[in-house]
Amino acid sequence: MRADGSTGPVTRVRRVGEHALLIEAASEADVAAITAAARERLEATDVVPAARSVLIDGIRGDAAAHASDIEAWSIGPTDAQSGPLVELPVVFDGEDLDHVARLWGASGEAVVAQMVGVEFAVAFCGFAPGFGYLTGLPPDLAVPRRADPRTRVPAGSVGLAGPYAGVYPRESPGGWQLLGRLAAAAPRLWDTHREPPALLAPGTRVRFVQVRA
Amino acid sequence: MSAIRIERAGALTTVQDRGRPGYAHLGVPRSGAADLPALDQANALVGNRVDAAVLEATATGVAVRALADAVVAVTGADAPVWVGSVPAPLRAPIRLAAGQVMEVGSPDRGWRSYVAVRGGIGAEPVLGSRATDLLSGLGPAPLRDGDELPVLAATPLGERDFAALRASGAQGGPGALDLTVTLGPREDWFRASAVEAFLSSAFTATGDSNRVGLRLDGPVLERARDGELASEGMVLGAVQVPPSGKPVIFLADHPVTGGYPVIAVVDSVGVAAAAQARPGESVRFRVHAGSR
Repeated sequence: MRADGSTGPVTRVRRVGEHALLIEAASEADVAAITAAARERLEATDVVPAARSVLIDGIRGDAAAHASDIEAWSIGPTDAQSGPLVELPVVFDGEDLDHVARLWGASGEAVVAQMVGVEFAVAFCGFAPGFGYLTGLPPDLAVPRRADPRTRVPAGSVGLAGPYAGVYPRESPGGWQLLGRLAAAAPRLWDTHREPPALLAPGTRVRFVQVRA
Repeated sequence: MSAIRIERAGALTTVQDRGRPGYAHLGVPRSGAADLPALDQANALVGNRVDAAVLEATATGVAVRALADAVVAVTGADAPVWVGSVPAPLRAPIRLAAGQVMEVGSPDRGWRSYVAVRGGIGAEPVLGSRATDLLSGLGPAPLRDGDELPVLAATPLGERDFAALRASGAQGGPGALDLTVTLGPREDWFRASAVEAFLSSAFTATGDSNRVGLRLDGPVLERARDGELASEGMVLGAVQVPPSGKPVIFLADHPVTGGYPVIAVVDSVGVAAAAQARPGESVRFRVHAGSR
């Protein structure tokens, strides 16, 4: 229980096979704190944050015993450390910019203003190596995925899907609503010779900066 | 440097090792050999370290020419092996003279064959592994006829050590497709009747299976609730049930997160067996003793 009487960040711990546990978070905002605490307190091969949960895979020791410990974890807000800030220059000329403006009931300029006015944070990665799911937009600006996903989305495309923003680290199929593309001067999103190889690793803060084509 | 040439790549031959665990939080699949015990056995039979890279052949085998004297071993599926036109032993070290071709044929039982070369395959490592990850495109491309691969240096293998390695092998091969699972983490997304059907029915491995997952046909596993599960981390052996109700067992190249509920997780012995399932073969699940 927290001091104000609400429950803690961990709502439930589920067994996942023999060597893994799934920690369910009370809120999206608790995921980062649980991830930081898990890295500090548990020995495991992988700690994988996601939308509302953290997977602990390859846990050393008795997984069942860890499960009851974790349910009692007290996690202070200081456990979630804010990561480095990355600025990404973007040309906002995406094919879905007008569509997103209609969904938001706003102008294209207002969509761009919103995107450059928010400090995003990488909540988790998935879909492809180095693809970060960025949170920070107000919940009422969530947009559906495209009903008809594109077979080819160019590397560097900046888009929205659900409550998230994201940038495609390389060309792939995809259903995100495309707002623009990274400018040539943008840092590389994925570089296997860099540590970490993902520029947008969980915890990283992101600001989009508008540049002209 | 020593090398081998792929004379015939077959349906799909890739370079594999123990993969890239530890990068899942960056969106990188574990990858690595689909049948890990067969990988470990192949490396042990030629005296390699456990992290050495081997060839993983699929369904129709592979033919490899030694470009220098080499010691090799074939494990995994029960497949015929020849050196030239002479039958050679499965799950045993084999000496190849420079220029000789070793052929692995189509398996009688099982689906994937592993070919270790003493020293290990020397492809360029990516994030600490030489494994080909077909989901995210990391590691060496799938091999084609005529590709040459370097083999890392190793001390020559004396007759006494060769005999000792030879004596160590022979056991192994594809496991039974009676897979042990732990239920959950999302069995509560399914009707009780669906969980019963999952544990009591025979499923059939389908031909659209690959290194990402073994796809199964069988009774539709009906959900107890509608709506979408928030995307969550996935483990090797997870039995994910997409909206079609047809389960998929996640293998080496599985995605790191997924949004469909996982009804159960297959144990490591079962994952290796699933990696050897042939299209059309029958697969059953039974619950881990004491977990229910």
